[in-house]
Amino acid sequence: MKNLKRVLAIVMVTALSLSILAACGGGGKKSNDYALLSKSTGNPYMEKQAEGFKEAVAEFEGNAIVKFPANPTAEDQIAMITELVSQGVAGIAVAANDYDALEPALKEATKKGVKVISLDSSVNPASRLTHVNQADPVAIGVSLVEAAFDLTGGSGQFAILSATSTASNQNTWIENMKKTLEDPKYADLELVKVAYGDDLRDKSVSETEALLQTYPDLKCIVAPTTVGIAAAAKVITDNGLVDTIAVTGLGLPSEMAEYMVEGGACPYMFLWNPIDVGYLAGHTLKAMVDEKATGKVGDKFEAGRLGSMEVVDATSGDGGTEVLLGDPFKFDLDNIGEWKSVY
Amino acid sequence: MTAKQDKSIVRSLSVARLRDIGLVLFIVILSIFIQFRNSQFLTISNLNNMLINACIMGILAVGMMMVIITGGIDLSIGSTLALSGMSAGLFVRDNPDAPVIIAVLIGIAVGMAAGFVNGLLVGKGGVLPLIATLGMMNVYRGLTYIIAGGAWVSAHQMNDGFKAISFYNILGINSMIWIAAIVFLIAYFFLNYTRTGRRVYAVGSNYEASQISGTNVDNIQILVYTIMGGVSGLSGILWVSRFASAQGDTAQGFEMNVIAACVLGGVSITGGSGKVPGVALGTLLLGILRNSLPLLKVSPFWQDAIYGVIIMIAIIVNVMVKRTVDKRNLQRRHI
Amino acid sequence: MNKIAAKLPSAGQDSFVRKYLMRWEAILFLILIIVNVFNAIISPYYNFTGILGATRDFMDKTFIVFPMAMVILIGEIDISVAATVALSSVMMGVTYNAGNGVPMVVAILIGIGTATLCGFINGLVLTKFKELSPMIVTLATQTMYRGLAYVILEDQAAGSFPGWFQYFGWGSIGPVPFILICFVVCAVIFTLIINKTKFGRRIYAIGNNREASRFSGIKVEKTRLIIYTLVGFMAGITAIFLTSRMSSTRPNIALMYELDIISMVVLGGISTSGGKGRISGAIISIFIVGLLKYGLGLVNISSQVLMIIIGLLLVISVMTPNVAGKFKEARRQRMLHDKLSIQQK
Repeated sequence: MKNLKRVLAIVMVTALSLSILAACGGGGKKSNDYALLSKSTGNPYMEKQAEGFKEAVAEFEGNAIVKFPANPTAEDQIAMITELVSQGVAGIAVAANDYDALEPALKEATKKGVKVISLDSSVNPASRLTHVNQADPVAIGVSLVEAAFDLTGGSGQFAILSATSTASNQNTWIENMKKTLEDPKYADLELVKVAYGDDLRDKSVSETEALLQTYPDLKCIVAPTTVGIAAAAKVITDNGLVDTIAVTGLGLPSEMAEYMVEGGACPYMFLWNPIDVGYLAGHTLKAMVDEKATGKVGDKFEAGRLGSMEVVDATSGDGGTEVLLGDPFKFDLDNIGEWKSVY
Repeated sequence: MTAKQDKSIVRSLSVARLRDIGLVLFIVILSIFIQFRNSQFLTISNLNNMLINACIMGILAVGMMMVIITGGIDLSIGSTLALSGMSAGLFVRDNPDAPVIIAVLIGIAVGMAAGFVNGLLVGKGGVLPLIATLGMMNVYRGLTYIIAGGAWVSAHQMNDGFKAISFYNILGINSMIWIAAIVFLIAYFFLNYTRTGRRVYAVGSNYEASQISGTNVDNIQILVYTIMGGVSGLSGILWVSRFASAQGDTAQGFEMNVIAACVLGGVSITGGSGKVPGVALGTLLLGILRNSLPLLKVSPFWQDAIYGVIIMIAIIVNVMVKRTVDKRNLQRRHI
Repeated sequence: MNKIAAKLPSAGQDSFVRKYLMRWEAILFLILIIVNVFNAIISPYYNFTGILGATRDFMDKTFIVFPMAMVILIGEIDISVAATVALSSVMMGVTYNAGNGVPMVVAILIGIGTATLCGFINGLVLTKFKELSPMIVTLATQTMYRGLAYVILEDQAAGSFPGWFQYFGWGSIGPVPFILICFVVCAVIFTLIINKTKFGRRIYAIGNNREASRFSGIKVEKTRLIIYTLVGFMAGITAIFLTSRMSSTRPNIALMYELDIISMVVLGGISTSGGKGRISGAIISIFIVGLLKYGLGLVNISSQVLMIIIGLLLVISVMTPNVAGKFKEARRQRMLHDKLSIQQK
């Protein structure tokens, strides 16, 4: 028995060292691999972002690696960062599942010479060179409040249906909405509740139903998340309330096309082009890797079909820098038809 | 011998009934409390919403109950639901003119196939149910993502017929409620009035004895897992139809809610016991909780904690009731 | 040696094979070697330094594997572990951020204390209400613990820990990560507890036959209480390493860890029906799952395919010996049948 254990131990050590010997070598020359670390798998928004990233990397003849973690968690992303660093990639663009949690992992990567930027949802300034921001959060806040103002006719109750209570993007946008609401222009507009649908269909639906039951005078629901806005629109449509309650927010055209029709629940909504976000991230990463830009304010670089881009102070005010894609894009009944098949 | 057995059956029935009564009381008290806090709770429209939302959980809980009665468990139902919902959704997207019934059949068939594989692993492969379904949970979820190719099926890609499955009123009552009621009724008759149904209980309460007495235990296990898969497939269709969207991560973690509904309803996790009415009550309790916490204007951050505490109280009250009943029965026997 | 060989004809060889080579741990070990060789073939980046670094990524949750093995050995289960990790980590974070210069050591102790308390509560409920199934109780406490974490921290993150705290998750002694060293120490301690102490034997006894062990004087409920408290304690240890790795904490960390942990234990050959299996198997399976994920990650296999591979690995590896056993049993039956029919003739 004891002997056997000893033998086993010896075999184990030999096998391990053999396999390691077999694996020696490799590495050396400068890498041409550009990695995109997405938020989660099976999400069309993320897929489109990856598509744009690949397009950009193909333009400068790099090799694109795209990773989608199985779960939308920081833990999965940390493991994937290790894998990417082991492969010796030139740069990583990450759409973070957590603002702070990736910091040690990304710093470790930076130490090994990997250039790190974030896109879509940022990591903290200490762990990134710069951030590719899809749209100015202040502009998003203003647009959404303005939409609520418009759809309620200037006064009345409205509610927000968000993703999870810890989603940093959504929280920033809601924060900016609240700031905008302080303007006396919106004095008659009452934000009654911020509900969280956790980006789950069933929970978003029951939260919307609860809003309808609790606030019978509700005039508008603003959902700054793709699952939430579709769920809210579905509930409003099913309950025949399209004439009394309007839905708006940030949504995928393909998901919302059903409700953005004449007499539908959602007259208009906003988003940006995720393909462009990914595309810009690809070129930004290239500029960082080639050291044409270092992520300092005022750095300028060429971003393919998007033209010249400039690094600016982060609009979120976190003290870091960012590259801003532009203002949120408005989808309405006129243009939804052409966009619904794009993403 | 038979007389004694009858008596014990009578006693266990009365325990089950008393427990159901306890659960009903708990639900009534809870409802009164909620009604006081928000008068919108006991309105027709809210109750309707609540029932519709509880339907999928109820349908799944019936299947899960059968699995648990045989001493098993199925953790893969959330994935099975997503896989069959996605299969049906993709079919509807690609064949908008095909009759809806084909999509429904595809969904149920995919679910049954998934359940059948689980059943094979458990029945013929001798893999413990927890492990088999834990493994297949990953497999089915991965398959869902792969067949979808990272896309969702959106509302505008589904034809009206498919969306109407969950949005059709018969006698003023929503079709999902009808479907759930029918599933409950069928399960009730199957378990109480058919020989196979009784064998399901036999396998769970005494595995060896039922093996010796000639029941093909493997086949019963394959049967219950296939039924579980079938109802998961049905739920997948209802899910996709109701929310008008098929996503890869649909119903992730939903299995835990379903198991909770079963156990609240008095299904013993060690197998052998469990009744359809109890499961209906368990589902109702969870449905009320999910519906009412947002209505009570409870801070969203408190919802989970309260949910957990109430489930815990319900479980412990359940045990207390059972203990009292058992003690009384024991005393009666002494006399 | 010769003597033994002469003494033991085929039957003896069979038992040797069954005793050692057919043992589950040996098969697992073979799988581990295959995984290593396979990884080395598919990726040029699979090397020793890489492996050592990668252990950091899958080691944090493995501290719970040991007490979970005990729980499963007595035929029970604890689903609340991931929520316990989250609550413990959140407590650690808010204590440190509470102001007044609370030392990190105190925060760590509070974190461990919270986790231990969580485990103790599970144990207390389960031993006071013996008829309750562990699955449902820990299902409920899971919601409670995670819910409490949300109540405490809401949508905030807690962090800005002192620099030395990062050492837990990122530090190394020479080339060996600190977390790996801690893991080895825990592995040795738990292997000794389970294999060499009275307590360990009690666990197996309870798992094999609870009633019998109760009659033979084993304090079953006390043992269960200790085991569940131990699970809580180790969840606290995991919380330290995980929090250190992320240098911050949120209520939604360690999501779904419980299923990963249970998978590793059962893949290690520890049966959920209790009483069967060895801790060494669980230890090997930790490395199988971790290195397989890392190796396939190096060639950027999509996580969807990876999910399927891990799922199939779990099911097939558990099923194969069963099916092989069934075939053997069938052959034995057939031979017996043949023999009988010959005798009848």
